[in-house]
Amino acid sequence: MTTGKRIAKLAIAALITIVILIFLQNLLMPKYMSEILEGALISEYYSEDIKDHDVIFIGDCEVYENFSPITLWKEYGITSFIRGSAQQLIWHSYYLLEDTLKYEKPDVVVFNVLSMMYDEPQNEAYNRMALDGMPLSLSKLKSIKASMVEEEKFITYIFPILRYHSRWDELSGEDFKYMFKKDKITHNGYLMRVDVKPVTTIPRARKLPNYELSDICYDYLKKMTALCKENDIELVLIKAPSIYPHWYDEWDEQIEDYASENGLLYINFLKYTDEIGIDFQTDTYDAGLHLNLSGAEKLTKYFGKLLSDEFNLADRRDDEQLSKVWIEKEAFYIDIMEKQYAELEELGYIKAFNSKKNEE
Amino acid sequence: MLFTSYNFILFLVVLFIIYYLIPKKYQWMLLLLGSFVFYSYSGWDNVAYITVTILATYFVSLKIGQLYEQQDSYIKENKGSLAREDRKKYKAKINAKQKKYLLLCLLFDLGILAVLKYTNFVISNINSIGNLFKATEISFLDIALPMGISFYTFQSVGYLVDVYRGKYAPEKNLGKFALFVSFFPQLVQGPISRFDDLGEQLYAGHSFDYKNVSFGIQRILWGFFKKLVIADRILVGVNTITQNPETYQGIYVFLGMIFYAVQLYADFTGGIDITIGIAQVFGIELKENFQRPFFSKSIVEYWRRWHITMGTWFRDYVFYPVSISSPMLKLSKFSRKHLGEKLGKKVPVYLSTIIVWSATGIWHGASWNFIVWGLLNCLVIIVSQEFEPLYAKFHSKFNVRHNFFFRLFQVARTFLLMCSIRILDCYRNVGISFKMYFSMFTNWNFGEIFNGGLLGLGLKKSDYIVLIFGIIIMTVFSLIQRKGSVREQLTEKSDVLQYAVGIALFVSIITFGAYGIGYDSNQFIYNQF
Repeated sequence: MTTGKRIAKLAIAALITIVILIFLQNLLMPKYMSEILEGALISEYYSEDIKDHDVIFIGDCEVYENFSPITLWKEYGITSFIRGSAQQLIWHSYYLLEDTLKYEKPDVVVFNVLSMMYDEPQNEAYNRMALDGMPLSLSKLKSIKASMVEEEKFITYIFPILRYHSRWDELSGEDFKYMFKKDKITHNGYLMRVDVKPVTTIPRARKLPNYELSDICYDYLKKMTALCKENDIELVLIKAPSIYPHWYDEWDEQIEDYASENGLLYINFLKYTDEIGIDFQTDTYDAGLHLNLSGAEKLTKYFGKLLSDEFNLADRRDDEQLSKVWIEKEAFYIDIMEKQYAELEELGYIKAFNSKKNEE
Repeated sequence: MLFTSYNFILFLVVLFIIYYLIPKKYQWMLLLLGSFVFYSYSGWDNVAYITVTILATYFVSLKIGQLYEQQDSYIKENKGSLAREDRKKYKAKINAKQKKYLLLCLLFDLGILAVLKYTNFVISNINSIGNLFKATEISFLDIALPMGISFYTFQSVGYLVDVYRGKYAPEKNLGKFALFVSFFPQLVQGPISRFDDLGEQLYAGHSFDYKNVSFGIQRILWGFFKKLVIADRILVGVNTITQNPETYQGIYVFLGMIFYAVQLYADFTGGIDITIGIAQVFGIELKENFQRPFFSKSIVEYWRRWHITMGTWFRDYVFYPVSISSPMLKLSKFSRKHLGEKLGKKVPVYLSTIIVWSATGIWHGASWNFIVWGLLNCLVIIVSQEFEPLYAKFHSKFNVRHNFFFRLFQVARTFLLMCSIRILDCYRNVGISFKMYFSMFTNWNFGEIFNGGLLGLGLKKSDYIVLIFGIIIMTVFSLIQRKGSVREQLTEKSDVLQYAVGIALFVSIITFGAYGIGYDSNQFIYNQF
């Protein structure tokens, strides 16, 4: 056999192997379409046709559960997207912002500072939710390196089949259905929930041995500040009005100091809940950790006004092309809202968030 | 750095590329560097141990070689004037010197192994005896066993003895000798190579050879399949049964025995497949270590086909020297005189066999389990040898030797016998091992395994499906192998089939391998020896 022929045959065999592995990888990776929806959040941004947002929210569940970009559009004509995932740590947020800025340059970036409390990688499941949805890029590679817990291997993020290969025995119809295309789950990154679970007791904050926010978190916050400055973007620091995990006064002071030193706006919404009109008997779905739709809309309306006033964000509802896109988004928003209310009325819970009850 | 780790695969790819890019005369240096980089992952203290063994063996073997040269030149120079008796005397004098060096170095090399591997075993025995007299316990030494120490020590000892026996001249280049001892693929779990088989191959340059490389890669893949798809998957079941002897008795012990046989075979032969495959990729042919051992019809045959290089090592460097040692010859003489020719002849042979099997047992692990395991093997071998005339009588009456079902019976008998002896590998002490073994005959709980018992061993239905298919594939490959190399046979088939087999193997490992988060990262069993 000539060398040329041999190389050609090897190349074909390699190609077939790659195609099989890609197929298997798509099949085996979790889809997050009907359970643990939080896993689907990060990738949705990349399938947006128009990546032109005035505001980008960055952070953990305190952003993707508490702010509604649809409300921001409806009320103020501000376009926005939430780039958040479950327990998104500050290095995830930084590299996600770095990645986002490759696609667009928003006027304002809003960063929720809760993740300043975590100074080391926490757990693999959340890392996966934050990272798997990102397409391969230098930012992703740096984020992986910063995020991995001890038992994780870098290569499994590049070739996720090496992580998810053992799912072959738990495949369901959903895995086949969403192999190559997924449904939209969020509303520009906002994960809607309409159910209510009022606050009954507020857990007492435990005393900490040390209230100093760590250097590593400050390093990333500084990098984020510099990145925004470089790109002529206003960085706004916020603390969402979630009453748990506890946000200590000592932490608040440190963020206030940092904001004033760097000329940034910092808003701790916990101090303005009355002004916003949040009622923790009706506006939260999990006893104060996160807001429900009602709470999120109230908070967004309040914050939208502040954003418009403070940063002179133009009302873009007159833009025909944008309006067309956002009308569709609104329709989807209303559709999901109505479905959730209907499920709530019929079953007493929302299917997508109660997988165990679904099994019963 | 485990063979199954991503780091190792990356290391191998990089080494492979550089190996075929550099001039051939530097290839052995690269392998030496690679071997030490590989070994350094197990800890620098381990590098120190292997280095000390290399240096001691190198210098002593060089000295022994010099004495041979000195002897040769003396005899040559005095060829005409030296009487036969004087020559003999001179040789004896040189040999005595050589023997001193040999013993010194053996003591040193084996001493390191003994201290590192057996000190805590000795301490635990002293403590056990001391406890009877309420004596204060001696603390255990906090020493970790260097990876592959038994293998590189045995390889060094074999080399030294061969040089002493004048089988070949010692290697004068320290680097080359160091490579022979530390060649990374075989460092972890053998095979135990001989210098006259391996040395030249390591030092000669190798051009890229498509067949060697593709065969090597196929062998590596096959090894990964056995290790990751079968051995590491069934391991959970083995551990569940053997680590909970109070819960899992009777039929579970039987299951555990069978599971362990599968695990050990897939793990060890898989590891050796990877080892031989890696060497082949570099153009180096290592000795085969297995020859379908589970198809053996007797325990003697089994030991000729299982861990072959260890068996031949013990034969050449323990059994033969012990058998012809002067105390043994004296014993032979004595026993023949007092017990008669027939029985007297057997005494030294059986004593040597007992010594070899005790050594084999203790080599496998520093515990009474392995000593008893070795002695049980020895007992079965001696008993079957004693029964040989009975078997001959049986076969002369019933002509079943070539009957398929009788052969199948022999294979099954040998397999179950070996499984029974191997139970001592599984449980934490000899007492529990025997207790569990006998529970198979006293605790009749056969029905339990079909009432959810099988699924309570940490293995899911899907695991059993993979294992059944894996074992079938492994068995089919062994059956095909009886006609010669599977890879050679495959090359005679169409290209499409050849590539399909390769792709299927690779994809199966990726998909069905028990690796990554959720599975423990498992060392090869023989790494610990």
